[in-house]
This record gives sequence, C-alpha cells and structure tokens, in this order.
Amino acid sequence: MKIIVSIKQVPDTSGKVAVNPDGTLNRASMQTITNPDDMNALEAALKIKDETGCKVIVITMGPPPAASMLREALAMGADEAVLVSGREFGGSDTYATSQILAAAVQKIGVDPDDIVICGRQAIDGDTAQVGPQMAEKLRLPQVTYAAQIHKDGNEITVQRMLEDGYMTVKVKTPCLLTCIKELNKPRYMSIGGIYSAYEKPLVTFDYEALKDSPLIDPSTIGLKGSPTNIFKSFTPPQKGEGIMLEGNGKETCEKLASILVEKHII
Amino acid sequence: MSTFNSADIGAFKDVWVFCEQREGKLMPTDFELISKGRDLADELGVNLCGLLLGDDADGIAKELGGYGADKVYVCNHPLLKVYTTDGYAKVICDVIRDLKPEAFLIGATNIGRDLGPRCAARLHTGLCADCTHLDVDVPNYIQFLRESSTLDVDSMKWDMGDRNLKMTRPAFGGHLMATIICPRFRPCMATVRPGVMKKNAFDQAKADACEIVHPAFELSEGDFQTEVTEVVKAAKKLVDLIGADYIVSVGRGISKDVEGGIKLAEELAAELGGVVGGSRATIDSGWLSADHQVGQTGKTVHPKVYIALGISGAIQHKAGMQDSECIIAVNKNDTAPIFEIADYGICGDLFKVTPLLTEAIRAAKAAK
Amino acid sequence: MDFHLSREHELIRKMMADFTENEVKPIAAETDKTGAYPRENIEKLFDLGVMGICVPKEYGGAGADPLASAICIEELSKQCASTGDIVATHNGLCCDPILTHGTEEQKKKYLPMLTTGRKVGAFCLTEPNAGSDASKGQTEAKLVGDHYVMNGSKIFITNGYVADVFVVFAMTDKSKGTRGISAFIVESSFPGFSVGKHEEKMGLHGSPTAEIVFTDCIVPKENMLGKEGKGFGIAMQTLDGGRIGIAAQALGIAEGALNEAKEYTKGRVQFGRPIAAFQNTQFTLADMELGCQAGKLLTYRAAVMKGNGERYTKEAAEAKLFCSEHAMKTTTKALQMFGGYGYTKDYPMERMMRDAKITEIYEGTSEVQRIVISANMGLR
Repeated sequence: MKIIVSIKQVPDTSGKVAVNPDGTLNRASMQTITNPDDMNALEAALKIKDETGCKVIVITMGPPPAASMLREALAMGADEAVLVSGREFGGSDTYATSQILAAAVQKIGVDPDDIVICGRQAIDGDTAQVGPQMAEKLRLPQVTYAAQIHKDGNEITVQRMLEDGYMTVKVKTPCLLTCIKELNKPRYMSIGGIYSAYEKPLVTFDYEALKDSPLIDPSTIGLKGSPTNIFKSFTPPQKGEGIMLEGNGKETCEKLASILVEKHII
Repeated sequence: MSTFNSADIGAFKDVWVFCEQREGKLMPTDFELISKGRDLADELGVNLCGLLLGDDADGIAKELGGYGADKVYVCNHPLLKVYTTDGYAKVICDVIRDLKPEAFLIGATNIGRDLGPRCAARLHTGLCADCTHLDVDVPNYIQFLRESSTLDVDSMKWDMGDRNLKMTRPAFGGHLMATIICPRFRPCMATVRPGVMKKNAFDQAKADACEIVHPAFELSEGDFQTEVTEVVKAAKKLVDLIGADYIVSVGRGISKDVEGGIKLAEELAAELGGVVGGSRATIDSGWLSADHQVGQTGKTVHPKVYIALGISGAIQHKAGMQDSECIIAVNKNDTAPIFEIADYGICGDLFKVTPLLTEAIRAAKAAK
Repeated sequence: MDFHLSREHELIRKMMADFTENEVKPIAAETDKTGAYPRENIEKLFDLGVMGICVPKEYGGAGADPLASAICIEELSKQCASTGDIVATHNGLCCDPILTHGTEEQKKKYLPMLTTGRKVGAFCLTEPNAGSDASKGQTEAKLVGDHYVMNGSKIFITNGYVADVFVVFAMTDKSKGTRGISAFIVESSFPGFSVGKHEEKMGLHGSPTAEIVFTDCIVPKENMLGKEGKGFGIAMQTLDGGRIGIAAQALGIAEGALNEAKEYTKGRVQFGRPIAAFQNTQFTLADMELGCQAGKLLTYRAAVMKGNGERYTKEAAEAKLFCSEHAMKTTTKALQMFGGYGYTKDYPMERMMRDAKITEIYEGTSEVQRIVISANMGLR
C-alpha cells in the first residue's frame, strides 16, 4: 500500500504582497512556501503511514527549484519524491496540469489499496480544480473537502465539509481525496528527518519520461493544450486614502451600506 | 446519442446554469446565477436554461423561471436525491453531450467546486473557478475594466465582435485579477462565487411561462463508487476572531453604557455574520473576556471587514487589525488615529450610529 | 572559506523558525508572567529531535553537529530565551559531557534517557561559595564500598526542578584542590537527592532554576564520569561547549529585539513620519545589525571548530562575551525606541532586556570570558 500526495510550491500570499509599478505581481519579493492545504494532505498521509507503515510518495509539478519543497516533505517523513518538470509542461492550466500529473501518477502506479491525496486548493490560483480533474483522468472516485479521514482496511470514511454542515462519504481504495485545513495540524520537519531527507530518492519526470502516456499529447499539455487562456490580467485599483463620510445620520449609514454592497464587501 | 466533440464549437448553443438543491430546496446562489445567466444569454441571443437534479425536483423548477430561466431541464432519479460526484457528474455530462450548451455556470459552493472540475475534465473543456464577474459583450467588459482596474483600456486594441465568455476572478489572494477565456472548447464552464451576482426581482408571470423539460439519461447503482451515509446540518460553530470574515470591535467609547454598547456591536456583527472583538481597554476593564482582544497583546486579525466602534486606534490596537481588507471606524473624535487607517470613517456617537448602520446594512442586503 | 550554511542547517533553521513562530512566540509572554516551565514545548522539542540533537543515532539522538544545536538555540531565543536556555543546558551541559567523557555503559544508559526517553538534563557546578572560583566547592563524595556518599548543595541549577539526570561535580579529595574534584552522573531518584529553593529571578522566568541538595546521597560507583580527580577539567571543557550555547542564546535575543525594533519603528509615526525614517534610529539599528552579524560569525566559528574536534576554548569565550554584551546593548537600545511602550509588558522589550542580562553572568561572567581570552593570547 502507498499514498501519493500531490503538493505545490506557491508564493506566500498571506503576508504583504508587493506589486510592481506596472501593476504586475513582484514575485521576486515573495517567499515560496508549500501550499498550506497540501501540508494538511501530507500530514494526513503521514498519519496513515504512522498507523500502517505504508509508503508515502510526494509529487509536484513545477520548475527545478521546487525540489527544495520536496526535500522538506521528505524531512517531514515522506519516503520518496517525484518532481514533474519540463519546458513542455509550462503554461498549463488546471486541465493540462491534471493531465500531466495523472500521467505521472500512472507512471508511479496506482495499486488497488493506494490513495492519492491533494490539498483542496492552492493559494496562488485558488481553483480547487486539479484534484478532481486528476481523479477524472485517473478514473478514481473522489472525495473533496475532507475534514476527517478514517481508514479501515480498504474502506475510507470521509467527513466532507459543506457550507451548512457536512456529509459522510464512504469510498474504497484506490481513490483520491482533497483535504482542508480543519483536517489536521501539519507536523514539523524533524532533525533526524532533515538529515535523511537528502538520502531519500527524488526522481525527475520530464517530457521524455512521460511522453508515452496516452494522457501526454501536445494538444493536451502546456500552454497549447490548455483549454483556458488568460485574456487579461490586472491589479485592482490600489486601496486609496480613506474616506471620511459626511454626517452621521441615517443617510450616511445608508450611503456606506450601499458602497459596501456595490464593492461586494458585504 | 449524437456525437460529441467539445472542439466543434459551432455545434453549441444556449447558456445553462446548474441549479443546486439541498434537501429539496434551491440554493440562493441558483437565483443569482440564473439572473446573471439571463444577461449573458441576452448578450448572446440564446436561451437561458436551468439544469436541476434531484429525486423529485419538478415542484421547485418553475421558481427559476421567475428569475429569468426560459427553460429548466429536470433530471429526477432516486439516486440523485443527495449530491454525489459520481451520480451528478454522470448525468450532467451525458445531458451536456446530448444537448450541447455553449456556456455552463455552476455556483462555487463546496458541491459546485467538486462537480465542475470533474465534468470539465470529462468533457475536455475549460473551467474557470470562483468567478466574480462575467461578460460577453466587449463594450461591457471595457466598462468593467475602466471601473475595476488600473489598465489603460482606451489605448488597447479590442475586437468588438469577440463573443467569448470573459470570466474574471481574483488570484494571489485578491492581489491580482485575471480574465479567463475558453476560445477553443465548449461548453465554456465557470464556477461563480456565491453572493456576488445580483439577483433579479422575482417575476411570477415568467415563472409560470417557464418550460420544464425532462431530458433522457441513464443511471444505475453500478455508476457509483462512493456512498453518502449521512448528511448533517450543523449550526455554524462559533468562529474565533482569527478566522472571522467580519469583526465588529468596541473600545473605550462604550464606557457610558457598556452592556448597551456591546449589544449594539453584537447586533451589527450578527447582521454581517461576524463576531465581536474589543480593544485592550474593554478587556482590562472586564467588559469583554480576553479571547475577544484584538491588538499587540491580543490577536492579530485580517477580516474582510473590521468595524471599530469607539476605538481611538492606539498603535498596539492597530498592530492587530491594520491588515484588514476594509476598515470602518466610528468615533466621536474626528482626530482619532483610527481614522488614519480607516477606509470609511463616520464621526459620531457610536450609540446613535451603530443601530442606523445595522439597519442600513440589513436593508441593503435585502435589496441585493 | 565558505560562509554558507549547509542545506541541512538551512532546513533546521527554517524548521526552528516555524516552530518558534507557531509554538513558542504565542506563549512567551505568558511563560514570563507565570514562570511556568514550558513543558509542552519541551516535549515537542523532544519529538523533533532538538533535545539531545548532537547525540549519535545509536544512542537515540539525531547525530547533528554543534552548529545545528546552536542554530536551534538561536531561533528559539529570538522569541523566548527561557526555552533557549532549557535546550542549551540539556544539550551542552548534560548530553555533551556524558557523550564526551562517559563510558560505553554510561552512554548506553543515559543518552537514550536524554533523547528518546524524554528525560531532561542539568549541570551542577556552582555553589554558594564557589562561583567563578569553582575550586572552592564544598560538595563532597566519599567512597563507601560500592558507592559514593554525596553531601553538599549546588545553586542556580538550570532545569533544577524538572531534570532527571544531573552532571554533578564534587570533591573526592579535598586536599588536592581542583585535582580533587570528580564528576558524577546523578539521577533525581537516587536516595538523598532533593530539590531545594526555587530561585526567583530577574528574567528567564520560564527556565526552572533551583538549588539541589545532596544529603548522604547514594551514587553508584560506576556513575563517576571520567576518571577520579579529573572533574575540574571536565567542567571547564563542558563550559567551553556550553558557552557556544549561551552565545547562540544571546545572539537570538539580540536578533529578536532587532526584529521587533525594525517592525515597530517602521509603523510608529512621530513628528509626521515613521521613526525609522530618522537617522538616529537608522544608525542605532545599523549598529544592532552589525553586532548581530559579527556575533553570528563568532558563534558559528566556535561551533564549527568544536564540531571539527579543534580546540575552541578561546573562540567560545569570544563568542559568548561578544554576543551577551551585544544582547544587553541591543535590548536596551531597542526598548528605548519603543519609548514608554517598551517599558510596559504590552511589548516583549522589557522581557528581552531582563532575559539578556543573565547571558553576561552565567556559564562564566563577562569578566571570566576576558580571563579565558587573555589566557589564550600568549601573554605569559
């Protein structure tokens, strides 16, 4: 049995985000982190490893520097890492990304008692699409928004969060789960883990390694294979100086309420 | 079943909205999406259709007409009573393959964001997540950019005949906006953030005129790989300050009537679906318990809206809330430092202003 | 010469910075206020392998080097010097002498206790009348059959009332002065061992300091650490290593105070602009930064030399002296930048300043460090 955890290196958007004078994002000034929900996914896998002794493989698609994030996952306790990286994969939207990751997961191999775990969504794009799209490409059942995971042999019971409560879903392995932060608290790397992280296997799958997969076709990967394109990107007008509203009566309050509604603030 | 090729974009027509029901009730998002879908269908000159799945959903379908649907496709089956990825994705994809809508909108609820990507991957088409703005007509889109971006739209070249659905969404935590198109595949799919699109006024005559259609589909137990064993409605658990989207905080300004001041703050917070916080003075005086404290010695918060009532804005308070997305301050003293970081300030007595603001927000939300 | 940390050391720093931010910082002020030992965090540090970090794998540790230990102490001390102190004492003053001087049997018994066994360690040298002059110790251990009988008391013992394993120095032959001092491994469960007064201190409130009293305490013969009469050398050698830990702790305090001052002065507006825009503030911050960088180089050099098995007595003293004095200067100046707020407990500055003071005193006062440095300058 093994668990494949799909993770992503993202710019840390939680702190202050610098914007260049031309309105684009100043990525160089931003630190990269492992996507927070993916940390919960990894912790879920490591917990199952603690209980069952199964193998945990982390996988990511990204540029070569993403290997540093994989080493951190290995230092937390993952056993192996796969970096999916290639020029041909660049510019992929979520459809094309899931196509490539699914091909990589198939190359690793999905056995009947395996689980694929992803974070719900990445904080750079906030799409929450790659998990379900991978599941479709892998023909695996999916359970998203997992807030609790209970594994009993090949049967997995998931508490799936809804806005107004939750549903309990039963699914058998192999399957794909996506995790939310309520699921667990990710562990830290350990000192021992750090010293063994660079001894554990980390392999790179490039285009050559994956090109024989039926999922990998120039028409389904990269910028050209992406169904969606960015038409325009822009920054919202900078938060201006505050406004001191005139008066303090009913009309003033109504004016404020209408501004808030107009700006989708409430 | 007719042949389906998502790249044959000329074969697709009509705008569809997936209408989510939970326990036989339509979700508020359905009406928002139908209302927005109406605009898009009019821009494209096509029909607007709802797509409703359930075990016996005919009874609630016509209501969608009242908000602008010309037609509602209803798929009834005992196995569709409760949402499952397996059942819903199968039926929706099969119906889409048969009837070929050109645009398909889904509410970006926890269910919509489970369903949307699964269907888009199966249909081989593009999906844009969590949209906050949708346009077809280019002049409308240019006007939108003029109001909501720093782009110099007048010096840009535009193809006025462009009929693509332009789907705009925030990225990088809202620091960047992106407009996405799906030019080569259909249907063009979007999940749409709940609460963003404006709901039309309900029109009973249109509801009566709305056509109910039952498309053919097949579904059996064998299509399911997951089993939903229970659905539990849980009262929203009390969110703490750190996770709250809306915080109404009180300060020393409530001193003349502490209980009354806190009650006013609670009413405003309840209207917004938020929680009450306090400055250090309110905690030290024992007016609020320590877990309410915002600031250097309390919690650091970054809600969507932070409303400071009777808080002067000492540096240690600001340290805990200055990164809030929108700050509204009410204070009697027009030189209070809180106004320096507020997006909106009202100079006045919080005991008079707060109830008026609560009422105004209630009215504005109801009118939305 | 390469001034870059290894990739493992970089990861250790990152992990400790995350841990400190998420686990240590939120309780640092409360720990100072109540004086409660931060037990949960120490347990977590055992989980992570920080406690006993340099103990080799076969004895339950992570087999890391002294630089790794210093980085951990530095990062912890940026937010809570008490936590840094507990770790520095455990690693530098208990695990290290047992690892360096212990027999195979002692190492097999005690090092796993101090790592996977989650027992905290301590070091007992100072006595009421023997501070900087350790040769005047009164604690005595007399051989009676197969065990020693120990009598006397030790003061200012870090981890005193939470530790289970103590490295204790006692006279086995009073007539020989320092050559009559021997080292022992003493467990808190030994008959005749007791904890005396809990010290109330100016700072480091979360670090449990106590008097340790030996009343006919029975210490098995095989618990002598090193050879009889070699205790003084073991103590001095242990303190050389311990000083790297205190240097790292002081460096962390200074860096923590500097970080606070940078953030505060950027946000605090007086006379119409942030006080960080005033040249006086900038120059002061520049001096603070410079000292931190210099202290870091001194500390890491001493740690790397220790790891390489080189003699590092002078370098450890230099690092400890420089960093502790810089921590005192930096916390004082940083507090000043906060003005009245700095003097209140709303901000961590007054705590950092109180915590910094001890680094100029313990594990050899600044004066003792100057003695050690000058003694290694070829003046005699």
